Amino acid sequence: MSNGNLEIKAISGHAGGTPGGGEYRQADGTTRIGASRDYDVCKLIDTTTCIGCKACEVACVEWNGYEFRETTFDNTYQTMPETAWNFWNLIKFNEVETDGGLQWLMRKDQCMHCEEPGCLIACPADGAIVQYTNGIVDFNQANCIGCQYCVTGCPFNIPKFNDATKKVYKCTLCSDRVGAGLEPACIKSCPTGCLHFGSKEDMKFEAMKRIDQLHANGHANAGIYNPGDPDQKATSPGSIGGTHVIYVLGDARDPEKYGGLPASPSVPIFVKLWKGPLKWLGGIGMVAGVFGVFMHYIRFGPKEVDKAEEVKR
Amino acid sequence: MSGGIVARPTTAIPEDQVQRYTFAERAYHWINSIAYTYLLLTGLALFTPLAYWLAYVLGGPATIRYWHPWIGLVYFATIFWMHRMWKRDMQKIPEDEKWSKNLRAYAENRDELMPPQGRFNAGQKQFWWVMFFSTFILLITGIIMWIPEKMPRELHWVLPIIIFIHSATALITIAAFIIHVYMSVWVTPGSVKAMVEGHVSTTWARTHHRLWYEKITGRRN
Repeated sequence: MSNGNLEIKAISGHAGGTPGGGEYRQADGTTRIGASRDYDVCKLIDTTTCIGCKACEVACVEWNGYEFRETTFDNTYQTMPETAWNFWNLIKFNEVETDGGLQWLMRKDQCMHCEEPGCLIACPADGAIVQYTNGIVDFNQANCIGCQYCVTGCPFNIPKFNDATKKVYKCTLCSDRVGAGLEPACIKSCPTGCLHFGSKEDMKFEAMKRIDQLHANGHANAGIYNPGDPDQKATSPGSIGGTHVIYVLGDARDPEKYGGLPASPSVPIFVKLWKGPLKWLGGIGMVAGVFGVFMHYIRFGPKEVDKAEEVKR
Repeated sequence: MSGGIVARPTTAIPEDQVQRYTFAERAYHWINSIAYTYLLLTGLALFTPLAYWLAYVLGGPATIRYWHPWIGLVYFATIFWMHRMWKRDMQKIPEDEKWSKNLRAYAENRDELMPPQGRFNAGQKQFWWVMFFSTFILLITGIIMWIPEKMPRELHWVLPIIIFIHSATALITIAAFIIHVYMSVWVTPGSVKAMVEGHVSTTWARTHHRLWYEKITGRRN
């Protein structure tokens, strides 16, 4: 991996073109996006081999330079109810009753780095959110204005507001490490090997290999969570074009039981209406309105009462 | 009713002129206009990337995000006071229906077809009520957008709807605003002077607001 992985693909609230963006034709005749796209990166989380040790939580806080924030005890093993502005990686523990048994499900929760990120679509601030050609969706707090529209666009409840700085924060998929050719901090810390990092294609292949293994061992409902990916829409629905963090779930029929993973995530329809038709209709309407009254003026002109009166006299 | 117009003895109104707006009415109107213009420009900056440059012109993106809600409160407060001053003048009168029916003639400057109007004509009244009710929608949605972090997570699904309503309502006020500014500055000369200096010529008053003119002067022509 190289710095080429941090070529920008999409920018929030941006009126002009995207540096490094746009399609171009390669020597072999295929087209690709971005100036120097090596490949999409992806994190694979195998929930069936996660032991809930929370090493990834610690590694995340350490690498990103935050103090370990206060935890909340709610009679479970979970560190806190949800991720926080300075705590981007949280293992969610869920106890699920089955026929005569109990399942203890653990899932590493963090930004999913959507292919079509709702946060970026909703963001009005130029350059506050960028999507790199390698799939990483990154927040740039220097350009953030604290409006929290990103919160409204996210189907996974990930961006978190810091009241002191008035900025929003979330997992960067260690874009700083990835740009330097390293794997994300959480991956590096995982003792069971349930976390993998590589190209999206490789991770999808690895996930399917593991799922075949699980099927062979009698876990018939095991499956992949990669919502809306064109290749996997049938088993993992959604309208966000797939994610750059994918899961192997022991029971893919009901992702909700893995700490509230949405079964079919999508960017809220009102975000799309507001950033789509309303924006264009509003803009055209305003220009048409100003032009319209101008045309009215040159056609009919003013109601000159005082002058007309003078002429009569 | 003349809408509470009382020309103080000290107010010097030139000959052939009648007072149209008191100082308080003018003051509230212009505070409201300045607030609205700021809200319009900063709101547009956050509405479309094509207008984001306005954010830099007006002090910076984070700065406008901070001030937009506060100026919104100023805007609401002045609308509230304008309502107190003008609510009687803004009530419908029987002539309004014919006026609205003949709107096309009014737009084409065939004013001889228009019925006599009170202190405000039916179009001005419509403009007022659009702005008045829009202000309440913008206030309620705006307060929620101001501090979404105080909202419980379970209710976050309403935020996109709130933002959509806020934007759509603002666009409606912009349509009304364009017509209002155009009518007053370009179509009816004398209106800006009325809102700045407070008085209009008797001819202006008789032509545009005959019922009001007759009421305040007691004259029939």
